[in-house]
Order: sequence, then C-alpha cells, then structure tokens
Amino acid sequence: MSLAEALDMRSGESANVVLRGASVLDPVAGIDAVHDVVVRDGRIAELSAPGAADADGAEVVEAEGFHAFPGFFDPHVHLRAPGQEHKEDIETGTRAAAAGGYCGVLAMANTDPTVSTAADIEALREQARAEASVPVGFLATVTRAMRGEELTEMAELRDAGAVGFTDDGLPVQSARILRRALQYQRLCGGVIALHEEDPELSADGVMHEGSVSAALGLAGIPSVSESTMIARDAALAGYEEGGIHVQHLSAAESVGAVRAAKAAGVRITCEASPHHLCLTDEEVRSLDAGRFKMNPPLRAEADRQALIEGLRDGTIDCVATDHAPHASEDKEVPFEQAAMGVTGLETAFAAIHTDLVLPGVLDLALVVERMAGGAEPFDLARPSLAPGNEANIALCDLDAEWTVGEGGYESRSQNSWCAGRKLTGRVLMTVAGGQVAYRLRSFSLGVAA
Amino acid sequence: MRHLLGVDQLSREEIEAILDRAESFAEVGRRDIKKVPTLRGRTVVTLFYESSTRTSSSFELAAKRLSADLVSVKAAGSSVDKGESLKDTVATLSAYDPAAIVIRHPYAGAAQLVAGWTEAAVVNAGDGKHEHPSQALLDVFTLRRRLDSLEGRRIWIVGDVLHSRVARSNLIAFRKMGAEVTVCGPPTLIPRGIEELGCEVAHTLDRLDEADVVYALRMQNERMRESFVPSLREYATHFQIDSRRLGARQLLMHPGPVNRGVELSAAAIDSPQSLIAEQVASGLVVRMAILYELLAGSERPAPAEGEDAAERPSPTPIGQPA
Repeated sequence: MSLAEALDMRSGESANVVLRGASVLDPVAGIDAVHDVVVRDGRIAELSAPGAADADGAEVVEAEGFHAFPGFFDPHVHLRAPGQEHKEDIETGTRAAAAGGYCGVLAMANTDPTVSTAADIEALREQARAEASVPVGFLATVTRAMRGEELTEMAELRDAGAVGFTDDGLPVQSARILRRALQYQRLCGGVIALHEEDPELSADGVMHEGSVSAALGLAGIPSVSESTMIARDAALAGYEEGGIHVQHLSAAESVGAVRAAKAAGVRITCEASPHHLCLTDEEVRSLDAGRFKMNPPLRAEADRQALIEGLRDGTIDCVATDHAPHASEDKEVPFEQAAMGVTGLETAFAAIHTDLVLPGVLDLALVVERMAGGAEPFDLARPSLAPGNEANIALCDLDAEWTVGEGGYESRSQNSWCAGRKLTGRVLMTVAGGQVAYRLRSFSLGVAA
Repeated sequence: MRHLLGVDQLSREEIEAILDRAESFAEVGRRDIKKVPTLRGRTVVTLFYESSTRTSSSFELAAKRLSADLVSVKAAGSSVDKGESLKDTVATLSAYDPAAIVIRHPYAGAAQLVAGWTEAAVVNAGDGKHEHPSQALLDVFTLRRRLDSLEGRRIWIVGDVLHSRVARSNLIAFRKMGAEVTVCGPPTLIPRGIEELGCEVAHTLDRLDEADVVYALRMQNERMRESFVPSLREYATHFQIDSRRLGARQLLMHPGPVNRGVELSAAAIDSPQSLIAEQVASGLVVRMAILYELLAGSERPAPAEGEDAAERPSPTPIGQPA
C-alpha cells in the first residue's frame, strides 16, 4: 500500500510534473544520477535521460543543480489536535511537514483529550482527509488517557485505523502493563512506540545531568533514566516476541542498549532527532527554553557522537523530529517552568545537512536514507523514487542559504531549535502522496506550453 | 556593566571595581550622615518572588542610602498571586521607568529574562539554584578585608551544594579571585560534574584542616524527607562545623539563616573565627556599590581611552558640595 492509501490526506489533484535534470539520489533503490523525473498521475512514471522527457502537458520544473530525494517520513510529530489547536493543528502541522520535504508523518496521541478510543481515531482521520497536505497516520495511546493503568481497546483502535500505539510524552511505567500490551499485540498488531524514561530517576529534572546542569543549578535528568527503561522494555519485547520502536534516543547508554537488543534478535527499532544529533547540553547555558528545552534533553558531546555512530551503523533506523509546537507564553518563562519541546519539521533536513553533511561527518546518501526510514518500523512503505511508485519527492537546493524564521513559519508555533540560525540547503518543492504539497514561494516554476 | 546577572559574567577587574567602590561606601557608613544623593530622583524596584530577610532589606536600605525612590514588590499579596506572568509583571513595573529592577525568583534565568524585557538595569538577587551574585561579592569583600587577597587561599564550601545558588556563585567568585576551592558534603548533595567548575570534591571533613576559610551552607530540613540524607543527626555527625573541627586560624562563614546545631554548632557561630556578622554588614555596602556601578555609571559619559576606574568621581555625602 502506498502512503496515500495507508494514511489519510486531503484529496486533490494528482501531480503531473517533470523535474528536468535533477540529481536524483535514492540509495535504497540504487539511484544516483542526473535524470528527468517524470511524475504522471501522482506516480513516478519514469526516470529518463536529462532533457529527454516529453512534458506532454505536465508542468516542467527546471531542476538542474537541484537534488531530488525520496520524500522524508517522520514517525514522531505532535499535531496538537484535538485540544491544543492554538499550538498546531493538522493543517498547519502538515504544511510544516511539507515545507520540510516530508511526504508522511505519524501524529502522537498525547492530545487533550488523548487519542484513546476508536471514535477519536475516526474523527482525526476524517479531519486529516479534509486538511492534511501530506499523508498522516495516527497512533493511539497504549493505556487509557495515558494513565498507565488499563490498556486501551487496542484491537478496535487498530480496526479504526490506528497505525500503532504510544503513550509518548510519558513512559509506560508499569512493566506489567507493557507486558500485557505486548501480549495483546499478537492479536491486533501495531508497533508500540515507547518514550523511555524512568520518572523516579528523572524526578524534577529539566536538562541533562552533567557538568552544565551542575554549573547552572538545574536539576538533571540522568542518562540512565532512559537507558535502564530501554533495557527493561527490550527484555520484555524479547520475552513476548513483540515489536517495539524506541522514540527519541538521546544517550550513549541507550544506543548501546538498542544495539545489544538488536544483536539478541529482539524486534526493536529506534529513532533519533535532529536536535540530539546536532546539539549538546552546552546550548542550555543560554537558558533559552524556547530553543533548548525538550525531553529527552540535549546531552553531552559523547552522547551526540554515539547517536551519530548509531545512525551510521544502522542501530538507529531513522531520523524523527519530535516536532513539538508550543505557544510563546509557555516558553517565555524561566527555564524550569517552560514547556518541553521544540519544533523541527521545517528545518530537519537543512540542519542535518548544515551541521553533519557539509562538515563531512555523515554521507548525504546515509542521511537521505535515514530521513525516509521512519515508515518501515510502522510497516508502511518506504518512499521510493523507483519508477512505478507513488510520487513522494523532496526537491532540494543544497546550496541555498537561509535564516530560519526570517519569513515566518508554516507551523503555528515558533519554538524552533534552529530559530535565527543560518542554514545551508533548502527544500524547494515537495510531492507527497502523489500530490504537490509544497513549493517555496521564491522558487519560480515554469509551465510547459 | 549593564546588568548584574551572575558572577559568571564578571571579570576579576569588574569584581574588584565593585569591591573598591564598596570600600568607599564603608567609609561613608562611618559618618553621621550615611546618605549620598547619587540616585536622587531615580527609582529602584525590588521584586521578590521568594521570602528573604537579608537580601531584600539590604538592597532596600542600599537604595535609600543612595537617595533613590524605592518600590518593593513581594509576590505574596501582589498581582503575581492572581496569576500574572513574570513578563507582564515586569511590563507593568517598567511603566514607572525604574532605573533598576532587583529580582529574586525561585527559577534559574529569571533575571536574565527580565533583562530582555525592560530598559532598567537588572540585578539578580538570586535565581533558583543558579546564581546569587551579590552574596558572592559581599563574601569576597568580607574575606578581602580580612585576608587582603584571596590569591592561593584554600576555601572549603561545606554542605548542600546541590541546592545552593550561594555555593555556585561563591565557587565561581572565589576561583576568579585566585582561591583554591573544595566543595564538601554527602555524595547525594554534591552535583555530578561540579568539578568542571574548577574545584575539588571531598565527601568527608578529614582534610578540613587544610582550609583557610570554611564556608558552611544552610541545610534544609526537607532534604531529609527526600532521602538526600538519612537524618539531620547523621548529617550533623559527619558535616557539622563545631569548635572541635574548626581550627583557631580558620575563618568561618555562612550565608544565613543558620540552622543552629545542624550545619554549625552554637559555639562555632559565636566563635572569634566567625565572620557571619561581618558578612551582613558587608551586604549593605556591597549592594550600594552594585547599584552605584550600574546606575551612576550609566549616566557618565563614556570614559575616554585609557581612563580607569580610579578616576571616576567618588560619592559625595549629602550636605557637602557635590
């Protein structure tokens, strides 16, 4: 099933477009050459020699010097609907996704109220079919109202279209409840995505525990708060032969725990966020909660290096933004009082390109693969540029320099961890679920006669 | 110096300039008329979100001694009680066009945020467990008077370092002034990674005799309930500074208020080595100096190249020709 079939989006005109002379890079499909990318009726019709494609009435985009990647897929975003639409909603959140080159996102369930019943899922899917500019999938909570006490009606939720389950924002603290969910998963399927944190160890922590928290007098969240829970849950998943996806890895110990579980044959996948790959807790010295307060927190340089190594060797399957919009009044307060979370959809690729690809830390091909790697852990089709597939494309100018936030945001919120930064590399156009989902305003397009 | 947000942001020269200024105010304080007209017609706001006796009273008296108009706002009983945000409170108070806002807040970085929201000079009178720069400056002032210089002196900070803004600011200030600092306390109350601030860590008082200065911190009763220490009795057994542990040539300091019989014995508090009363007296003149450096400095024309602090005008007592 294609993303548009498996997930929900606004119905619209199928894309008919030729990307003339684009540098096409899809490492999984083994494509790395200059082509005309011909999109017809929302599908990749062919990759022809540059200049050779017949427009045949389709819009022609002069893409020479630009890169066409498989659209990115983000398995971890907060669209805030229902209940916190002043921060984000399905329309603004998917617009932000499209602006970041994403052709699909999975929305978390820690809304107000939480997504815990079949009716909740159905209402959100209907809303997505009216508003979403990229395909959206919805996860349901593991436990009712995320109280950690009783399982949701997981089978009915799956029938209603829940892609998977998560209590993201909170850990499933009870090992007994998580074990039951893993057992029940054999009946209903659906990967369980886990926010791994031991609340006893995190306590009232607001940043990584280390020399920076010591210097600032802020309560720390130790790395072991995350890694011990991953070790526990990987053991449970192995024992029950269930499938889990570990969200937002932040600590070196956590990478080690996932690596060991994978080696032991546990069905486990995991993600890391651009901000954890690019930043460390040194940033918190600024006490800028808008950009640098999130959970899990920015950790030390050794942790960042371990995440990079994990991404490189495949321990970490994909990049996920944990896009977490917040209103300014929740962020313009002292650090300890500020809400956790930063937005990231619009800058994910550009930030990683600027901080990790251009300095030679990570290969472009590896980044492109991991940016689209968030679909497979949830049994969804990986976006591909091979002919015959649904068109999911991120067209990028890798030389474009831009200042984040200068022209505003597509997201309703402004708590971008990149706010004010100059980045190199920009998404010009996104095709998602076979439709043109985004064009950068300043990127002019010519239409063939 | 535009604001005083933390010792961390001060150079040794800036610290010394404030302390030299405080010396001149100490001289004024010995006169019959202790008031100077420096800040006449200007407004100082003190905004305290936490209870405080020493810090609030000494900042208020400092502002009055400098002839400023004073507005004291305590969070309890104010619009803060009604849920007003810090940003809105600051906007409201800024309408009085204050020259300075002195703020104490239970959370780190509050003073820094306020500095971004107002034209006034902002003085951090304690932000969460982060910094308490005026305390550190008055402690350095007190020690400098006794020891001339802190260079090479060994200072032990003993107690609940984890929850103490005083420990952090003083550690930074003492280091900047050339002292060697050891922090000492039970491992549960010493933050992981503190040694990267340039101090040593000890978990017993076995080597306390190497210290020139013993700086004891307040031990709060609630730490026991949170399992940081099993009991105050056990804490006192291991970490109380008493006349048996305090050597005759060692100086004793404490930021107040003291829990008698917990971190300090009664005999130690009242011992000749104790500087606790001097610390309080220093608090006033150092806070006068802070307000002076921030406010009187800002009205001066920019100093010419090579002009140094010594050439700045000294405060002139009221009743004498300015």
